[in-house]
Amino acid sequence: MNLLHFINAFFSDGAHWHGYDGIPTRLREHVQYSVLALAVAAAIALPLGLLTGHTGRGGNILASIATAARALPSFGLLVLMFVLLGFGLLPVMIPLVVLAVPPILVTTYEAVRSVDPSPVDAARGMGMAESRILLRVELPVALPLILSGLRSAAIQIVSTATIAAYVSLGGVGRYIVDGLYQRNYEKVVGGATLVAVMALATLAAFWAVARIAVSPGVRRSG
Amino acid sequence: MNGFFDIPSDLQHSYFGLVGLHLREALLPVLAGLLAALPIAQLCVRFRRLYAPVLGVTTVLYAIPSLAFFVVLIDYTGQSEITVMIPLAVYSLVVFVPAIVDGVRSVPQETLDAATAMGLGPVRRYLQVQLPIAAPAIIAGLRVATVSSISLVSVGMLIGNQGGLGNLLHDGMIYNQPRLVWLSVVGTAVLAVLADTVLVAVRLLLTPWMPRDTHGIRTAGADTQTTTRPEPTAVALEDAVR
Repeated sequence: MNLLHFINAFFSDGAHWHGYDGIPTRLREHVQYSVLALAVAAAIALPLGLLTGHTGRGGNILASIATAARALPSFGLLVLMFVLLGFGLLPVMIPLVVLAVPPILVTTYEAVRSVDPSPVDAARGMGMAESRILLRVELPVALPLILSGLRSAAIQIVSTATIAAYVSLGGVGRYIVDGLYQRNYEKVVGGATLVAVMALATLAAFWAVARIAVSPGVRRSG
Repeated sequence: MNGFFDIPSDLQHSYFGLVGLHLREALLPVLAGLLAALPIAQLCVRFRRLYAPVLGVTTVLYAIPSLAFFVVLIDYTGQSEITVMIPLAVYSLVVFVPAIVDGVRSVPQETLDAATAMGLGPVRRYLQVQLPIAAPAIIAGLRVATVSSISLVSVGMLIGNQGGLGNLLHDGMIYNQPRLVWLSVVGTAVLAVLADTVLVAVRLLLTPWMPRDTHGIRTAGADTQTTTRPEPTAVALEDAVR
């Protein structure tokens, strides 16, 4: 029995394509959780990162936050929140957001801080207000790096949301966790394929956003 | 059964037995990843055109969630420790290759010329000049790989209790004992912080010529280079936070 056989069997079974446990439903759930978690994390981390990067202060604190967050086991955090807070969306969202904030925060800080100082000085010399310097000069130049921070956060969210099936969340991880319990390897591998496809789709989406959003001038010099 | 570190007998280990299991499952893959990354990185330095496609492949590999990676391997290696260790080794490899390439590339041409003029052959030049100068970048990669590997081992619990300290999570759920979950989470985090601290100390020992600033937010690339543009390593390393 090889892997492709299992994958083929999973996807050609019509029963997997509709209903509560159907692939479209599970994919939609997974995307919903991921987008929600990424949006919340970005709403927290982007303004903070832009501000600290612009002023250049707080780098040491950010570094310690990043190290501490790296040390936190994502799976353990999921189970801990589930045990402490019970069943629901909130106990899953907390770890997803907590794990996604540091990469966005640190990369944004780093991106803004490493913008070439000469255009910033030129903008200041032309009389631009600090807020306009940040949004009109620093942000466009820093955008490729900021997007890469968002991308790593998004990929992390997608993969952690998969594990969250163990603590009752829906999404594509359901197939893997349920399949393991049911000793249904076809389901496990089908789920794994979907998860991998989702992760790659996330990569592709960010690549496309970078193509559209990053100014051609910045892209050339990068 | 009243001690703080007492754990259910179905785990087949004492708490510190699980700690040992966890460390072995997390650190052996990092070592394997490092050993595999050195020749790959050297190839990328030698043949520059190779680097972009290698980076592309590693980015894609890195995006694959660990659980998906684990379960696909079950077909080949069963629900065993090795099934957990292979993906972790791949993730470490992905962190190491850019870190080593950037580190080795950051060695100034004059330094290499000086080494050649002193009569060092390519092998000795690599071992005695390039690797030591690249050490901070490599150790920055090592820190990220080690810490995320320690964190990821827990997921191995899902494939037949192969998760070291993560195995406590399942027992915490079925016996309704939050204490066991705390033991797992705090234990894993402490292991990660300890490993990170050890590696920082190793870096200070190995590179006595570097400034003793361990708090800098800048990682590998920025440590060794003074360009204004952030190095790809910093970004690649940030990817490792998963």
